[in-house]
Amino acid sequence: MIKLFRDNPKLCIGGGFVALIVIVAIFADFIAPYDPYKQNLIRRLKPPAWMSGGSSANLLGTDNYGRDLLSRLIYGSRISLMVGFASMCLSCMIGLLAGVFAGYRGGRTEQVIMRLADAHMALPDVLLAILFVAAFGGGVFNLVLVLGVSRWMIYARVIFGLTRSVKQRPFVEAASAYGAGDLYIILRHIIPQLIPVLTVLATLQVAQMILQETALSFLGLGVPPPAATWGNILAEGRDRLFVAPWIANSAGVAIILLVLAINLFGNGLREYFDPRSTRLPPDLSAKTGRLKLAVKQLQKLVGGDGKAPARQAE
Amino acid sequence: MFMLVARRLALAPLTLLLVSFVCFVVLRVTGNPVDIYLDINRTPEQVAALTERLHLDKPLIVQYLIYLRDVAQGNFGDSLQYGGPAIDAVATAIVPTIKLLLVALSLAVVLGVVGGFVAAVYRDRLPDFALSSLAVTGQSMPSFWLGILLIQFFALKLQWLPTSGSGDWRHIILPAITLATILLPNFLLVTRSAMIDVMNEQFIVTARAKGLSNLRILVRHLFPNALNPILSFLGIQVGTLIAGSVITESIFAWPGLGRLIVSAVFHRDAPVVLAAIFFTSLTIVFASLIVDILQGIVDPRIRR
Repeated sequence: MIKLFRDNPKLCIGGGFVALIVIVAIFADFIAPYDPYKQNLIRRLKPPAWMSGGSSANLLGTDNYGRDLLSRLIYGSRISLMVGFASMCLSCMIGLLAGVFAGYRGGRTEQVIMRLADAHMALPDVLLAILFVAAFGGGVFNLVLVLGVSRWMIYARVIFGLTRSVKQRPFVEAASAYGAGDLYIILRHIIPQLIPVLTVLATLQVAQMILQETALSFLGLGVPPPAATWGNILAEGRDRLFVAPWIANSAGVAIILLVLAINLFGNGLREYFDPRSTRLPPDLSAKTGRLKLAVKQLQKLVGGDGKAPARQAE
Repeated sequence: MFMLVARRLALAPLTLLLVSFVCFVVLRVTGNPVDIYLDINRTPEQVAALTERLHLDKPLIVQYLIYLRDVAQGNFGDSLQYGGPAIDAVATAIVPTIKLLLVALSLAVVLGVVGGFVAAVYRDRLPDFALSSLAVTGQSMPSFWLGILLIQFFALKLQWLPTSGSGDWRHIILPAITLATILLPNFLLVTRSAMIDVMNEQFIVTARAKGLSNLRILVRHLFPNALNPILSFLGIQVGTLIAGSVITESIFAWPGLGRLIVSAVFHRDAPVVLAAIFFTSLTIVFASLIVDILQGIVDPRIRR
């Protein structure tokens, strides 16, 4: 455990913080000091405890209706995490299916799926989300659906390239020579090879999904008020910037901390899987050697931190 | 090279068709235009006239084909909010958006490339650590909160810049910074890793060994080779930038395309939504085409 921390602090710090927020979200009922929806108009717009006029009764202050901000943030973490994780699963599933199918079959299947992915790239995800939510209404379910659908092509592109290269490897040929069916080869031989890259990509995408969810809530297209979501708190805070800047800022800090933790965790995972960070035990390096190309492609898509090539040269 | 461009050009109409079809279906399925155009006191004659005019009695696919025919003639329909042709509303909004996009893009590209270069040169030392950490933090920053922070600090506290709206050059500063920050961290990280990749190449060692000056190595050998990954990243990120402009424009009440789309969606102004999304997709398609061509110019190996 200590060794892992020394080798990969990003993974541990990021992962630890994410775990903490998950625990807080699960046990929100026990942790939150107040009911997040309980209004108390006498105590409205109270600043946080450390500002003049604040009190320890409401550590982070209260909003326009006198609701306790800390409690609202704690409950809001539930929606952010849930939407982020569920929509990631959905888009990962669609993208994995499309990418594997296109990469494995090639030919016309590939053309159709990948051109569809290209076309989807020309419709910004926020626009698609706005259109769908405005048409079918907000709410957690619809948000997960539209966020999941709006990002599938990112997975599809990465998985497509990987599948095509894995497919040409000898063990796939061998399996097919033994008479293994396509489905068996895909499930047994191809998908296991994709797992590391998929894990990293999916982790980083959870962060993107959470940002997207808060952005939609901020535009008034997320989970409708009075639901306590971070985006809603931020949007309410925008209207009170003059008198109560702490409302917007508390939600902003919560968002950036969670997203930063997830990004750190994702980058840590990438280093963990990446053979070129030389601190890995040799057997694992050999096992993950195939990832070189894929990681590069991934960096292109999500903006790599490029630590890896540096180490390779040393 | 020519083939590449030709293939991309051939795919562009297909992309636009797909995008417009999805939007058309979503808008038509969810809201009956009769309820939107006409108030409660409508007469059956009015309903009949509108149904006739919008071809609502025909199947959806026929409606879409009629819409396409009209679009081909430059007719995007009339706006419900503004009364005039939808295309006029889009045309007025597109200029501020392009202005904002260009300023933000140049900001992100210049700062990102310079920052990435500095980080690459000082790899694994303090400047690299500082810049990379800043970039990862920037990646996690919700742009709408950054916008709010900027308003708090520069507009409310220091009162140097206006909080929102448009007018003289001072209005564009905060929105442009907010929008640029969406791309800047990614640009910095991609540039950094591209530069480091190239620095490890043999021909750089050769150039050093030949005794070339650092400046010449940078301009002739390093930069041209690192440019390609940066450009291809730019091509992917055009959509992100435009998506970001929707949110940025909403924060700062910038009178652009993004704000037009959001308000049109809220008012169920289908013709404006369709026209605006059409032009947004067109912009993205053409921007990535330009990036492809630039890549071909920069890197002869791509000119297949």
